[in-house]
Order: sequence, then structure tokens, then C-alpha cells
Amino acid sequence: MSTVANRTGTSLRASLTGWSVRGILGVVLLVSVLFFGVPLLWLVLATTKSGHALSVNNPFSIGTVHDFAFNWSQLFDFQDGAVGTWIKNSAIYSVGALVITLVISIPAGYALALTEFRFRRALLVVTLVVMLIPNTALVLPIFLELNVVHLIGSPLSVILPMSFYPFGVYLTYIYFSTSIPRDLLAAARMDGCSEFQVFTRVAMPLATPVIALVGFFNFVQNWNNFFLPFVMLPSSKGYPIQVGLTALLASTPSFNPSSAGAQSIQLPTLALATMVSVLPVLLVFLFSQRFLIRGMTAGGIKE
Amino acid sequence: MKSNTSDGSSVGAGFLRRRSALADSPKRRMAPSAMSYAFVGPYLLFTIAFGLGPALYALYLGFTKRDGSGFAGFANFTHVMKDFRFVPAVEHVGFFVGIWLVALIILVTFFSLLVHSIGANRVRTSLRTIYYLPGALAGASSVMLWLFLLDPTASPANFLLRAMGMDSFNQVVVPSHMPVIFAIIAFWAGAGGWIVIMYGALNNISQEIMEAARIDGAGPLQLALRIQIPMIRKWITYMVIMSLAAGVQLFVEPQFLSQATQGSIPNDYSLNQLAYQYAFKQNDFHGASAISLLLLIVALSLSAIFVARGGLFDKE
Repeated sequence: MSTVANRTGTSLRASLTGWSVRGILGVVLLVSVLFFGVPLLWLVLATTKSGHALSVNNPFSIGTVHDFAFNWSQLFDFQDGAVGTWIKNSAIYSVGALVITLVISIPAGYALALTEFRFRRALLVVTLVVMLIPNTALVLPIFLELNVVHLIGSPLSVILPMSFYPFGVYLTYIYFSTSIPRDLLAAARMDGCSEFQVFTRVAMPLATPVIALVGFFNFVQNWNNFFLPFVMLPSSKGYPIQVGLTALLASTPSFNPSSAGAQSIQLPTLALATMVSVLPVLLVFLFSQRFLIRGMTAGGIKE
Repeated sequence: MKSNTSDGSSVGAGFLRRRSALADSPKRRMAPSAMSYAFVGPYLLFTIAFGLGPALYALYLGFTKRDGSGFAGFANFTHVMKDFRFVPAVEHVGFFVGIWLVALIILVTFFSLLVHSIGANRVRTSLRTIYYLPGALAGASSVMLWLFLLDPTASPANFLLRAMGMDSFNQVVVPSHMPVIFAIIAFWAGAGGWIVIMYGALNNISQEIMEAARIDGAGPLQLALRIQIPMIRKWITYMVIMSLAAGVQLFVEPQFLSQATQGSIPNDYSLNQLAYQYAFKQNDFHGASAISLLLLIVALSLSAIFVARGGLFDKE
């Protein structure tokens, strides 16, 4: 009898602790969701408010279409449409570098994986080491180098360095060395394909997933790059939107009291600028999430 | 610097999964041909122009005299190290990286385990999305967003700031708060990507091992401590190495805060900012190169250790 009572006693106590542990964990989860989720939600709502409403109203109230339109026009009228130019620049730099990256990386990864040449191994080791270095580490040395050849201020000064993307070569290399049956390539050769045709007609179509993956990662990194364009492009006309944000910040009286004047920017307009500056990347993150996560966790995609 | 996480974090998988990234079999690789060189040529050119070239040029500048009159030995290095701004910059970056790494190790591991243990599929997926999305705002945009969040007049969390006795933006962004603030920003934008990766690693632990442990009477806590954490330890190491390399490069965050506080956070707060000051305000490319080289050495050694000891990760 006593043992039975004892046992129910413990299991009751166990389930009680179980419940309180669950309760605590639930609260912890909730806090984490608020921490990661609220800033983005708030940012979206802030773009629809007036400066007054932003500081007085409930932070999670929705503003008006009128205020959103006002913020929009204030943002895009800033310095005679500078923001539009910056977004266009961002697009040119990111897409330009993306195209060059793909043209360079895909054949290189293919050659590293499936062909033999001198210094192949050395190039592979350099690729691995360089791709693990943060991309900011080489920015000043690249500036000093490009300064010698008078490229500073030219779009090429950001497009070319961004097109050096060892991680893309590595991803392609892994893909070609693990996921493409060599018999298939051999069969194509037997059928009379030249080496170049083997690449364009057989290997490339099979590699579409990895090409897309390299493209995504490269685009996201290019769009968000701040340090490189900040250093390379002295003129505000050449800024990408990420660097343009500093100019907007400098014109916001809340963060720079000396800037109050005709060209000054309100807080909600600055929030809209932040939103606009990340929109392309945010869309990529939202709509290709599964794809990106697979790339992040698989690396080699297929083993 | 956080822009690195979006792809930096993805780098590891290949290393960690494959037996060794370099141990590919030479069998049936085509003989050298003109085509191999044509395919690899442009990449080689870019590697030289934007990888090796700048590093060598910085090396040259770092070891030559400022007046251009020949070899300088370590003079440029001792010069920048004696700069009164150098030691504070090292301390700033050190504090920030320390706090950030501890937060990453503890919280990323904890939340990965927690999310992994939830039964409902839909809840798990939504949680991962919520954690992961801030990663889209790497770099300047995330700092911008946090400027709002740290300003008590606009912040949705102003009650928290006020509860801590801070009523104005200038009270929040004092220099002593900076390491914590930078760590929070970096964590907010970068942790989600790592949680997703750890979650994937947890998924790869064989169900049989977990089941056997459960039959032996292991509770969730013991499962986590004895099986799950040891089995994802290599990923945690990888996260630490990548984050350390990236954290040392701190630039965007203090740059924005310096601007938003009209310099009460100095514009030479971090080492990269100091190197920038040397290059652009003092026109001392030799000094700037010296600092860049010091930072590059840190990144290179971390990366080289990781590549060289790749085999370490094979021993499960």
C-alpha cells in the first residue's frame, strides 16, 4: 500500500515539476519570439505613422495611408530623388557582381571537381582559406590596391571585389564532385560531345540548383555589403542604399540636432528607408526560405 | 560584419559532413587540358587580384617607411600600437566579442534544443522563421532599426529602457553600454541562422541512439547534456570560430552609432574604424595597412586552423 501511495506521490510531484518547467520554457519561448519578432513588426508599422503618432500612440497601432504616402514622398524627394538613385545603384552593383560571380565560379568549380591541372590542390586550399575570412578583412587592402590603378569611385571598384566569391566556387566544386555521375559525362563524350559541350549541355543543366544557391547567397551578401562601398565610393551619387542610409541618418534631427531644416527627415521616414533598404533581401528570405535553409544546412546539398 | 553570417554559416556544412573537404578522390579526373585552364583562369585571376594581391600589397605597405624610403621593419606596427586609441579599440572589440560569443554559445544551443523538442511541426517551423528573418537585415539596416529601438521616445520597448532608468537616447548610448548593445544587435541579426543550422544538426542525430538513451531512463535534460550537445559540439566550435573572425572586424555598428551620437561614441571605437581613420583622415596608408594586417592575421589563422584541422571534425 505504502509503496503505491509513494509512487503516485512521486509521479504527481514529477508531473507538477514537469508542468512548471513547461510553463517556464513557454515563457522563455515567448520572450524569444518577442525579441526576434517585435522589431520587424514594429518597423513595418512605423512606416505608416506620422512623427507625432510614432512617439505618442501605442507602438503597435497602425497608422494611416495618408501618413505612409507622406513618408514615401518625403523619402523619395530627399535631395532630389537621391534615394531612387541609391536603390538603382544597389541593384546595378548587386546584379552586376552576381552575373560575373556566376560566370566565373561555375566553370571554376566544375574544373576543380572534374578535371586535372597544375596547382589544382593549391587553388582549392586557397579557396577554402579565403572563403572563411570575413569579407571585411580585405576591404582596406583592396582599397589601397585599387587606389594605385585609379579605380576608386568607379562602380567597378565594388562590382569586381564582390565578384570574387570563393564560397560560390566551393559550393559548385562540392556539387560537381558529389552529385554528378561521371559515367554520364563519359557517355556524353562517347556520343561525340566536345569537352565544352559536356559542360554546357550536360553538367550545367544538372547544376541548376547549385547555380541558384550561389546566386542567392551572393546577391544577399552584395546587397547588404556596407564597408566595401563605404570605402570605395566617396561621392554620394554612387552610394548604394545601405551607405545612403548614413546620409539619411545625418539629416534626421532626432539623431543629429544640427540637421533641422527644409531637407530634414522624420523618424517614420527613416524607418521607411530602413524597410526599403532591406526589402529585396527580405523577400528573398521569405519566399525562398526552405531553399536557403537547405543550402545552409546541406552545404554540399546532396551527399 | 554580420553580412558574413548569411553565407559564412553555410560554409561549414560541407566541411563537417564530408570526411574532409580536401580528401576528394583523384580517380577518373580528366587529364589537364586547355579547357581546364580556360575554366579556372578567370577565377584564378580574381583570386590574385582581390585575394592574394591586396594582402601582399598591404604587407608591402605595412613594412615600408611612410616617406617611401625603404624597409621599415616593425616600425609601422609599433607606431599604431603606441597610438593612444589602439588599446581602447582592442578592449572595445574584445568586450563585444566576449559577450557576443557567450550569448551565442549558451542561447543558440538552448533555443535549438528547445525548438527541436517541440512536438507540433507547425510551431517548430514558425519559430525557426521568426528567429531567422532578422538575418535579412544584416549590416547597416539592422543598426538603423536598433537606433529606433534604443531611443526611448520611439522604442516599442521604452518601458524597459525607462525601467532601467534611461529616459533619453543619450542616456542609452553611453560608451560603457556599447559592448552589450553591439552584442545584442549582432545576436538579433545573426543568431537565427545558427539556430537553424544547429537544428539541422540535431535532426541528424540518429533516432536509435536517442531511443536507446530514453530506454535507459535518460530524461530530456540528460539527453541534451549527454547526447545532443556532445554530438553538435563540432557545430558549436564552428560557430565560435566564424563569429570570432567576424566579430573582430566590427565596423558598421560603431560607425552608425558614432554618427547618431555626434561622436560621443568615438569614430575610432573599433580597430577597423581606426584603420579607416589612418587611411582617410591621416593619409597614413602604411599605418592603415599595419592595422589591417593585424586583423587579417587573426582571420587567416582562425580560418587556416579550421581548414588544417578539418580532420578533427571527422572523429565523431
